[in-house]
Amino acid sequence: MTNSSHFDAIVVGAGPAGLTAGIYLSRARFRTLIISDGVPGGQMILTHEIANYPGVESISGYQLSNIMKKQAKNFGCEILGNTEVSSLNLDDERKEVVLSDGRAFTSDAVILTPGGRSRTLNVPGEAKFKGRGISYCATCDGDFFTDKEIVVVGGGNSALEEAVSLTKYASKVTIVHQFDHFQAFDYAVEEAKSNPKINFIMESSIVQFYGEDKLESVDIKNLNTGEINNFKTDGVFIFIGYVANTEFLKEKVKLNQWNEIVVDSDMSTSIPGVFAAGDSIVKRYRQVTTAVGDGTVAALAASNYIHQLKTRNLHESLTH
Amino acid sequence: MLYTNLHHLMTAADHQKLINENENVMICCGRMGPMCIPVYGIMEDLESEYTHVKFADMEFDNPEAYVIRDAPETRGFMGIPFTMYYKNGKLVKATSSIQSMSQVKSILDKEFAQVTVG
Repeated sequence: MTNSSHFDAIVVGAGPAGLTAGIYLSRARFRTLIISDGVPGGQMILTHEIANYPGVESISGYQLSNIMKKQAKNFGCEILGNTEVSSLNLDDERKEVVLSDGRAFTSDAVILTPGGRSRTLNVPGEAKFKGRGISYCATCDGDFFTDKEIVVVGGGNSALEEAVSLTKYASKVTIVHQFDHFQAFDYAVEEAKSNPKINFIMESSIVQFYGEDKLESVDIKNLNTGEINNFKTDGVFIFIGYVANTEFLKEKVKLNQWNEIVVDSDMSTSIPGVFAAGDSIVKRYRQVTTAVGDGTVAALAASNYIHQLKTRNLHESLTH
Repeated sequence: MLYTNLHHLMTAADHQKLINENENVMICCGRMGPMCIPVYGIMEDLESEYTHVKFADMEFDNPEAYVIRDAPETRGFMGIPFTMYYKNGKLVKATSSIQSMSQVKSILDKEFAQVTVG
């Protein structure tokens, strides 16, 4: 392997946490590579407007992503987008990341920022009707459902707020939620309950989707009685939270029961030289701002680790 | 206006010209939204690898985009972007909503396969 494929740090993931880590590491003159399986920006690009990022009154997630990416690149950070990791060796002092196209890179430190993705129901018909009646983005697809009857699945803030926003288009919105209460904040629940277009089916879950060219109905199961009823609907919007993109890290670093990466206060994982940040770590609040904060801490801790490693190796080479 | 580095189609005539003059064409018709931006990014990344394919985008709300929105193959589509694949001027595949890199590549490799001679 040539030295050109060795980096001081490799960051796996290019959401706000990964891009921030790239900015800090590159600015500190560490040779840094960011690898992303999608377009840099992560879930940040899923946000139409970010109005609570301090210092910026209002900006789209896409624009903020591009600025962060540009900042990282300007400091010399290399970014590989739309590239999947096929294997990782994190245990040795020299870490190795192999991509699905066969390219391999090594580094002294690795920062894991794989982020999360929208949770799916994982029931029959869901894949078939994605884009044909099933959507995960109200602002993208809401206007396809003008004067139609739709279902929103979920009970958190996203589900209730998006249900209210979808009443701009839909003639009727039915919220299907698995519990007898909502996890959303009171204001969101009140707003949904006071909207005359919104109905509720509680303690229930969709168990199957049906249709020909597009979605026509769903089976809704009452989780108390087990009774299943077919429910005619033109569309289903699913907002049931996020899952960490950590499948490729099983048996590599310590994960909790929800497959989130366990980290210390300095973002170090169970493996020396491996740090993690962003939505994929164990934490309560997942925001762009918290991801940026985690990414900063992870980069600074990784910088310290790399510096100590280089100092030790230099010392050993001088004494042998 | 789509803020991408792809070739932009502004009119139905642009669309017709592109698919008539090129053997393999992929067009993503969407907005600057979360389900669309990743597909544009994938296309930008693939342009240098799939040199035998012409990549372009078209704004979903452009009235001229009826050539895509109203295509019979998009019946039942209720999610943007609408992504169209044309071979010798004929639509051979269309997808609705966000697609991954591997999904796009698998369509390109199947529909626009390059025949090796010799």
